[in-house]
Amino acid sequence: MNAKAEILDEAGIRRALVRIAHEILEKNQGLADVVLVGLRSRGDHIARRLGEILREIEGSGVPVGVLDVTLYRDDLAHAAHWPRVQRTEVPFPVEGRHVVLVDDVLFTGRSVRAALDSLMDLGRPRSIQLAVLVDRGHRELPIRADFVGKNVPTARREAVRVLLRETDGEDRVVIAEGEGERR
Amino acid sequence: MAWARKDLLGIAGLDPAEIVEVLDTAATMKDISSREIKKVPVLRGKTVVNLFFEASTRTRVSFEIAEKRLSADAVNVSASGSSVSKGETLLDTARNLQAMNPDIIVLRHSCPGTPAMLAARLPAAVVNAGDGAHEHPTQALLDLFTIRERLGRIAGLTVGIFGDIAHSRVARSDVLALRALGARVLVGGPPGMIPPGIVELGAEVAPRLEAMLPAVDVLIMLRIQLERQGGALFPSAREYATHFGLSADRLRLGRPGLLVMHPGPVNRGVEVAPEVADGPQSLILDQVTSGVAVRMAVLYLLSGVHRAPAAEEGRGGA
Repeated sequence: MNAKAEILDEAGIRRALVRIAHEILEKNQGLADVVLVGLRSRGDHIARRLGEILREIEGSGVPVGVLDVTLYRDDLAHAAHWPRVQRTEVPFPVEGRHVVLVDDVLFTGRSVRAALDSLMDLGRPRSIQLAVLVDRGHRELPIRADFVGKNVPTARREAVRVLLRETDGEDRVVIAEGEGERR
Repeated sequence: MAWARKDLLGIAGLDPAEIVEVLDTAATMKDISSREIKKVPVLRGKTVVNLFFEASTRTRVSFEIAEKRLSADAVNVSASGSSVSKGETLLDTARNLQAMNPDIIVLRHSCPGTPAMLAARLPAAVVNAGDGAHEHPTQALLDLFTIRERLGRIAGLTVGIFGDIAHSRVARSDVLALRALGARVLVGGPPGMIPPGIVELGAEVAPRLEAMLPAVDVLIMLRIQLERQGGALFPSAREYATHFGLSADRLRLGRPGLLVMHPGPVNRGVEVAPEVADGPQSLILDQVTSGVAVRMAVLYLLSGVHRAPAAEEGRGGA
């Protein structure tokens, strides 16, 4: 990876997530009926961290689930590699709940579209909100996030890499050059 | 690993990583079947033709449900009433079907090697749903899936297969798949029903059920093809049950947690006594549930090989 610039360091990621947690509490006036669902991969780790921060703030936790949207993507025919399907683990009903969908980077909006379809097949939530660590722009669908850790204007040829302790051994968000477009 | 095969013709030739890939994918697919909305859009717009030249309700329905749960369009063709009964060759039938541009053809045929013959000539992916006494790969994969789901592993287990090994494509595929993932396999059955070549596939022969029972973690009882035997290899179903059937008394010779499987349909009271088939050690209905998940996994993996040339890089936060 050819990192061009660091957007967030470990403390920056933590601060962004604490702010998002407070915004989730404010928007939903507490945590009643709020559940978090992270998108594989990395959105799931961010969702778990948000869950921990919400527990620290409120003293009570929220259910956290994981969504794999591979079977709902609209771009499989163009994928260089037929992706490996992983498990969706949402072990609680979403019916009537406020679902906060969590992802690391918001880009074209196609993953979120797939996640919306996938969630709807699990039940009928009262509302679906979207939380992302980084919004890098270049939307191809009319989708916007309710909670954004950091807005980062990027060129399409650039890639935003979110590195997390759980998967990468460190917490950083960087812009990388010349890796082609990532959806 | 990335699945790179166009067809699924048999377990022979698959490497262990490919078998595990199917089993892991099937685990995800099984979750879909337990939801209220049992459908995902991944094969929307794909056409699958189920070409069954031999009668089979269970396997055909299992494939059809798998196809529909993935949103593929499923078309069923059976030999009776089709152009085959009017004298058309299999290859001509297949060529005509291919002209309608299906993505996947699921073929059952009494003649070994027919799926391979079609696969070599047609652009569509071909899945072998049973070819004579040769192979039945999705049955073997669903057997492995069922065992792994219950016991958590395949490697290190001892699995017994008992019955008409000689005429069974299930036994052949099971031996290959179980051995590939590191299980020990014992085969047994009435005299004349154990083919010599089975040892070369890696199985050990333990002809008597009483000798096999204490040694195995899982016992797969095979179906006696009453309609095909015609009494040539044993005098009657009743006699088979007496000498070779898995009764409750015989089951007690095995380990306490011994699991019983059967590819179905069960001749109740012949290969397996009703109280065993319906008992707590039976996985027979679990196998049926696993069948849909495994076939969904196979269809998903095969459909990925037929995509347009890569336009852009795969996935990531979007």
